[in-house]
Amino acid sequence: MPKPGRWQVATVKQVTTETKRAKTFRLALSEASRHLAGQHYVVRLTAEDGYTASRSYSVASPPDESQDIEITVERLEDGEVSAYLHDVVVPGDELEVRGPIGGWFVWHGDTPALLIGGGSGIVPLMAMLRLARRSGRSDLVRLVASVRRPGDLYYAKELPGPETTVVYTREAPPSWGRPPRRLGEEDLRHTLAPGVTAYVCGSSGFADHVTGLLALLEFPDERIRVERFGPTS
Amino acid sequence: MKFNRDFKGRGGEARDPRLPPGQYDIGSDWPVLSAEATPNLATSEWTFAIGGLVGNPVTWTWDEIQALEPASYEGDIHCVTTWSKFGVSFGGVSVDTLLACAVPLPSASHVVAYSHTGYTTNLPLGDITDGKAWVVWEYERRPLEVGHGGPARLLVPHLYFWKSVKWVAGLRLLDHDEPGFWEVNGYHDRGDPWLEQRYQGD
Repeated sequence: MPKPGRWQVATVKQVTTETKRAKTFRLALSEASRHLAGQHYVVRLTAEDGYTASRSYSVASPPDESQDIEITVERLEDGEVSAYLHDVVVPGDELEVRGPIGGWFVWHGDTPALLIGGGSGIVPLMAMLRLARRSGRSDLVRLVASVRRPGDLYYAKELPGPETTVVYTREAPPSWGRPPRRLGEEDLRHTLAPGVTAYVCGSSGFADHVTGLLALLEFPDERIRVERFGPTS
Repeated sequence: MKFNRDFKGRGGEARDPRLPPGQYDIGSDWPVLSAEATPNLATSEWTFAIGGLVGNPVTWTWDEIQALEPASYEGDIHCVTTWSKFGVSFGGVSVDTLLACAVPLPSASHVVAYSHTGYTTNLPLGDITDGKAWVVWEYERRPLEVGHGGPARLLVPHLYFWKSVKWVAGLRLLDHDEPGFWEVNGYHDRGDPWLEQRYQGD
């Protein structure tokens, strides 16, 4: 994995509301920087007195020929950076960013992958799903998205497809076949295939729960890659 | 980039001198970050080994390492994801005590620290000697939780915390630097928070 690029100024091209608490920011980079699906960028804010705050955000857009990236940001209460991005930033604003970063939680698009995301953990997995669809290799990918309620699902229009499953844990849409409950073995059993690598992303509690389920299903530990979303506020 | 309009953040108030550049005080939280499934490691299976360029390769069992001279750390820790945590305490054994048993050869200049899960990280030997590093199994005088690396982890608090290997299994002494798990994935080989050495090239 090469060095991440230098700090550069990106221009916000578009802001899209995903859910009540999540927005997607389309950023035009000033320097081309081709990322891998699963990597992240750091956003750095600077106050007039020189104070800075940086947080990492996964890229949701797939690698492509454009010089744009999309990051989806959950607004955390008291989130120093996320609240600013949500409440202040509008198209035309400039943001300092650095990346792409990360060489472990990445999918190169040519191996079988099981993507399991909880809540905002779907973001880097969406880059992988989009890459698979764009390159005509949806057959390689199975994606399971776990959310509490229908209104919490990111990319709700785009995500559904034969290769994806949405699991609702607290409240399901009307006439949904599966009653709301925590992600279980039965939700994952049909997604397992020989030679597959699992990419698990979400809170630490979610990650531990999923890796526990995979262990019960005798999925080998060494084929599990985990990205735990800390309080990247 | 001059500054972001209307951004004040948590600046303004006098900045805590314990905070390295680009870090913030996370308070009482302690986020769990790791790239693999959390292992279920019984103390009866746990071992710690020192090998490579040493005169006397040693492997300690849990009971054997507990019997060594106790040592503790009280101070701050810093994660590359930008949080810092002040005034924590860890108990275990000094790496100096362990190295004294293993007797590093004069040619040893670096180490690879590795875990029971296969994670690795590289460190200059000078960063884990002279009271700068520990193998710890207590946090705030209680057994270290498995999510934070229990039963025992490496502690190198003057560097970013990815160097403090969870579920630590041993040290391999080398005469050259050999980048570990995060280091081959773009992170800095040394990781000094005061120099903000987050990524390769910093």
